[in-house]
Amino acid sequence: MSFLGLKKGMFATVTQIHSASAEMHRLQEMGLTIGTTFRVVKVAPFGDPVEIDLRGYRLCLRKRETEAFEIEPLS
Amino acid sequence: MGNPNAGKTTLFNTLTGSFQKVGNYPGVTVEKVSGSLKLPSGSIECIDVPGLYSMVAVSEDERVAVEVIEGRIATTRRPDLLVCVIDATNLERNLFFFSQLSEQGRPMVVAMTMMDRLKQAGQEIDLAKMSNLIGVEIVPMVGHKDKGIEELKDAIERNLQRPRIPQFEIGFPSALETKVAGLRERVARVGIDFTKADVRHLLLETDHPFNSFLRDFPEMQAAFEEARDQLVAEGVQQHSVDVATRYHWANVVKRAVIKEADSPKAGRSMTDRIDAVLTHRIFGLVIFIGLMYLVFQSIYTFAKPLMDGITWVFGQIKGGVRPLLADYPPIQSLVVDGILGGVGGVLVFLPQILILFLFIAVLEGSGYLARAAFLMDRLFGWCGLNGRAFIPLLSSFACAIPGIMAARVMPDPKSRLATILVAPLMSCSARLPVYLLLIGAFIQPRFGPVGAGLALFGMHLVGLFVAIPIVWLLNRKILRGKRLPFLLELPPYQWPKWRDVWISMYFRAKIFVKTAGTIIALMSVIIWALSYFPRLTPDQKAGVKQQYALLHPGATNSDLQKHFDEEQLANSALGRFGKTIEPIFIPAGFDWRITTSILSAFPARETVVPSLGIIFSLGGDVDETSSDLPKALHDATWPDGRRLFTTWTSVGLMVFFALCAQCMATLATVKRETNSWKWPLFMFTYMTTLAYLAAVGVQMLSHLFGN
Repeated sequence: MSFLGLKKGMFATVTQIHSASAEMHRLQEMGLTIGTTFRVVKVAPFGDPVEIDLRGYRLCLRKRETEAFEIEPLS
Repeated sequence: MGNPNAGKTTLFNTLTGSFQKVGNYPGVTVEKVSGSLKLPSGSIECIDVPGLYSMVAVSEDERVAVEVIEGRIATTRRPDLLVCVIDATNLERNLFFFSQLSEQGRPMVVAMTMMDRLKQAGQEIDLAKMSNLIGVEIVPMVGHKDKGIEELKDAIERNLQRPRIPQFEIGFPSALETKVAGLRERVARVGIDFTKADVRHLLLETDHPFNSFLRDFPEMQAAFEEARDQLVAEGVQQHSVDVATRYHWANVVKRAVIKEADSPKAGRSMTDRIDAVLTHRIFGLVIFIGLMYLVFQSIYTFAKPLMDGITWVFGQIKGGVRPLLADYPPIQSLVVDGILGGVGGVLVFLPQILILFLFIAVLEGSGYLARAAFLMDRLFGWCGLNGRAFIPLLSSFACAIPGIMAARVMPDPKSRLATILVAPLMSCSARLPVYLLLIGAFIQPRFGPVGAGLALFGMHLVGLFVAIPIVWLLNRKILRGKRLPFLLELPPYQWPKWRDVWISMYFRAKIFVKTAGTIIALMSVIIWALSYFPRLTPDQKAGVKQQYALLHPGATNSDLQKHFDEEQLANSALGRFGKTIEPIFIPAGFDWRITTSILSAFPARETVVPSLGIIFSLGGDVDETSSDLPKALHDATWPDGRRLFTTWTSVGLMVFFALCAQCMATLATVKRETNSWKWPLFMFTYMTTLAYLAAVGVQMLSHLFGN
């Protein structure tokens, strides 16, 4: 699934990254590499962006700008 | 150098104090902040490099930062030593950057910040072990107590005298490393000395700047291509292996050096508890609106007495200077009206700038600014801006100058430029006198106080509504370059560091005064000269006097003097120009008198009220509350006896003022912030055109609907 399906409180792992664009590269440099597990802390009042907790810090990103990421929710 | 939010600027401010210089790197908008640092063996220059997440630059800021580190900027020496700031509570991401930085092969020292917060979180870090793992001396810092500063200075001194290049293994896959070694040998054979890291970048990043070297060696290019194909076959992902390996290394280091305390603190952190309220979908928005209202009100209200004070001081100086130069009227007018009037008219904005930057520094330093951007992003995002745009745009409703300066909270250059370009469309407080005058004269008598209030509110919305399609157009058609993804770190809340707040306010004020002192004073003098020369000859004066006496028997001397002023302005270069271009403004319903007032208001729009006063024969000492001026405007006619000001004309004039770029200080600030004349010229052109078209449009409506 993609980031679009994320809900508050969910845990998920990055499984694949489909693009090599500079934008997607930057997301990886921020720590979202394949195999990284993160938690959705919060969704902004109008549905986007989302706040995630990864590698011990908080990052806010737009769901719509992460199409190239494939993620797997953990139960 | 280091990650954004790692405490870099706080450390820099502590190290260099107020011995700082703020300038620009040549040809770019990026500010160069440098300072001198006193060491036992002498002073050294210390540069605060913009925060970086990665050495692979995407934006202009990042590109400049990387070039400074690599010593590729002509005006800046290659650094002898790199101080990497690492946030102890965010080790993985900071170490990722460190691993890239260490490839520079330069001597390094690590300043470890946020040690106190790490302890609060119930964790411990083994610095000696970490120092061994990464091959660099590490100095722990405790920010607000300045603890560690002396140790850091000693470490810098030691490492400058006995340079040590960091050495450690990141652990790239062996499939990759054997290929890198092989390719490096081949490259060396044609006489190019690349490091292992250089070759690795070349292999993995097809758009790496070094690739231009390869273009001259086709057989080498083929070798790289072959190696890439082999990597794919061996299951190494070309585009993610570098980042993934570094993060893996960072994770290993982190787990080796961080010790969880025996009793990890349970429950939510302070930041989470604050965030539960501040980014709540309802309370968060309410608090946000309340805070922004406070910021806006402060710029509007608290600045008022200070601004009045500055105006008063300049009035006193003018009053003191005027009699001294009474014998030389042109010089008197140049000094009093031209220079003092111009500079005073600009320094008046200083209190607003200081107050806004006080708020920004506190909001940013505490971590709230990032939350506000998080809340607002969706609202700004759909027209191509992002959540960070709200502070610049909101403050522009008080004054566009601090608003434009505040656009530097946006790291993405494209969004920042778009924000700067529409900021002056927000209705600033200098437009208020014009609105009050015209609404008081033409709207209130006809539509009552409710109508007047609505009209005033409407004028504030005009610019906002026009700004939306403009941003959309700018982003799609005019601004080049790709937009960065909107990535925002939400740092833990903390008390703002007051020293950082003061230093930030001090430098914003200094830069503004410097701009005001040069460009703006010069422009004021030019406009003054255009409206002062040529003077009426004694013959012309006598003629004017005779004619005036005929038409107005019993007029007093002061009436005559006012009439002289009017004739003088009409006769000046500016007045003549106004008459010449009158035909252009006829479609908007403006005659040469309105046109000339508009022209004289281009340095600062608020001067239109005194200009109207002069040109409608009331003298220059009127303001929007005088009752004579509305009456004079009411009575003014075209040469054929039609009334000059209809309701529609007044609305047209207000809309013109709402959209027009009549503020030199703003244009000078845009020049300073974009480091080019291109954007202020563009802004001036598009806003003036827009204002003209809108005024003509309003006049056309009047033909449709009548008066």
